[in-house]
Amino acid sequence: MTPALPAAVSWGRYPRLAQRRVEAAWRGDVARILAEGGSALPRGAGRSYGDCGQNEGGTLVDVSRMDRFIAFDAARAEVTVEAGMLLRDVARWAQPRGFRLPATPGTLDLTVGGAIANDVHGKNHHVAGTFGCHVRRFSLLRGDGKVVECTPGDELFAATIGGLGLTGIVLEATLALRPVRSSFIQAESIPFEGLDGFFGLAADSNMSWEHTVAWLDCTSRGAGRGLFQRGRHVEDDEASLARPWTPRSRRVPFDFPEVALSSLTVRAFNALYYRLARSSLRRVPAEKFLYPLDAIGDWNRLYGRRGFLQFQCVVPPTQAPVAMSELLRAITASGEGSFLSVIKTFGDIASPGLMSFPRPGTTFALDFPMRGESTLRLLKQLERITLAAGGAIYPAKDACMGADIFRTSFPNLERFRASVDPAFSSSFWRRVGAPAHA
Amino acid sequence: MSAAILFGATSSIGQATARLWAARGDRIYLVARDAAKLRAVADDLQVRGGQVVGTRVAALDEIDAQAAVVDEAFVAMGSVDVVLVAHGVLGDPARLRESPQDLAALLHVNFVSTATLAERIVAALERQGHGTLAVIGSVAGDRGRQSNYAYGSSKGGIDVFLAGMRHRLAQSPVRVVTIKPGLVDTPMTASFPKGGPLWSSPERVGECIDRAIRSGRGIAYVPRFWRAVMLIIRHLPAFLMHRTKL
Repeated sequence: MTPALPAAVSWGRYPRLAQRRVEAAWRGDVARILAEGGSALPRGAGRSYGDCGQNEGGTLVDVSRMDRFIAFDAARAEVTVEAGMLLRDVARWAQPRGFRLPATPGTLDLTVGGAIANDVHGKNHHVAGTFGCHVRRFSLLRGDGKVVECTPGDELFAATIGGLGLTGIVLEATLALRPVRSSFIQAESIPFEGLDGFFGLAADSNMSWEHTVAWLDCTSRGAGRGLFQRGRHVEDDEASLARPWTPRSRRVPFDFPEVALSSLTVRAFNALYYRLARSSLRRVPAEKFLYPLDAIGDWNRLYGRRGFLQFQCVVPPTQAPVAMSELLRAITASGEGSFLSVIKTFGDIASPGLMSFPRPGTTFALDFPMRGESTLRLLKQLERITLAAGGAIYPAKDACMGADIFRTSFPNLERFRASVDPAFSSSFWRRVGAPAHA
Repeated sequence: MSAAILFGATSSIGQATARLWAARGDRIYLVARDAAKLRAVADDLQVRGGQVVGTRVAALDEIDAQAAVVDEAFVAMGSVDVVLVAHGVLGDPARLRESPQDLAALLHVNFVSTATLAERIVAALERQGHGTLAVIGSVAGDRGRQSNYAYGSSKGGIDVFLAGMRHRLAQSPVRVVTIKPGLVDTPMTASFPKGGPLWSSPERVGECIDRAIRSGRGIAYVPRFWRAVMLIIRHLPAFLMHRTKL
């Protein structure tokens, strides 16, 4: 047996489940580990929040040491890397060569395999689509030990993009790169009052700004106000591509006590942020604009030992204004302050993934410190509002959605099921993926 | 730009160090036992910007083959600035106590074959009249401890051997560096409980090794705080040492 590593938790550190974690340092190691039997699930950087990256009673195959480049084709703007490579390492390598990743989430501390499995999205979804839109091919190891070469158009390609690691283990993948002429972004941060303000700014900005996102104050006193952030890459500043990235400023050294994020401190933080973070058009390092939280390592420890829950939903455009204000009202009434609430409108670029989360509409993401029953009750309430509005919840961030919303909001679920490899499973999948008649 | 040969190219510490060379565009020659893994490392370094001049599949514990491997590498490179020897095994202490064969094999890989390889490399460096040999030892070689004295003695043996070489070559332009990593988070230490301030990533250790090779020091603890830690452990009186589980 491959020796087991110390236990693995998800980024939200809730729920904590007992499972075995083993390491595959080389592409050749993965088949050997799968041959040991049992239920397997790939693990990368461990950045999924809830239980979609957890496999209670089974095995997590940790590929984070498979972090090697395989090939680079500058003419075709394509790079091939092992699945355990961090997006950070790809992005930092690409920049001095005049390239960037076309679609990245708000952190770069995730692996290529994880980005595929969750079909992640970023602030430029309205112009670039999801991560999966830029995957050219990958090789997938199935539970029977066979390696399948997958390209767009293949059923297994479509099932694996956003497939939550349930179709096999991606060994290596070829990604499209986009040329970039500067390491800086022209950014602007505009205050708004109320959701109408947000929808107006989003409609104005999405035509001409590559990156758009807004922060929303969900505390009782400031409910509905926020800051709309938009940015576009600076053109013609090639000299700046050699600039080294801003280093991580600090790391959270220990688990904060639970009182640290009380409703009082959350309210104070949000009020302060609203006052200080607004700014007129300015030039900022791209990594600071795109990945602000990466400046603080291990920020999940701020939430203490009990961890935290994320809630991210998307609601169709016609329902969005009403549903968003209902969500906001429910949160304010609950008194469970969200430290950081983010709202963005998705575009209509379709992902190749069967189980991709992003779709046209408005997406809303919130963090709640885990305080027990009251927190879970609030999330159920938010889920009901989302379900009624015809929306979906993001599996990568979820630890408690019900099977009914999962079934109704992922219309390709039954088609996807046919591609799920019987050797693979996850706690999330056992919780919500069971066939409807069961 | 410089030219470097890496023996044990698939070790985590070796890879992490070579990635820094590659990012600077250095010329690199790689030797390892496993052809598929060697190929993966070579591709990686090439894409990172290195010029991989050549690769060689070789079992470095086969002493008779070492001279040919070293000669081939030097011929392929022309001139060599740095040679890093990073091959080695950790072994399971309980198993090593029971099996004389396993114990002998560990001492052979970590001490005997490393010493004979170091002699061949230094001879080649002396012939060209310059260059640095750096060998990965371990803090475990500084004092015999109950938890891993077989591994420790093999690393301690190589430490003494390299110190002697350094003495012999004191008036020569050829330099010999002993690298002493502490606890490093690699597949070799997969079964250890990790975390805490004593554990370092291979990337951090690679940076320290790269700096040590260029610094001119003879012995480099990586990261440097291990020098202080081992100073204490080396001087702990036996009656205290024997009460610990170190």
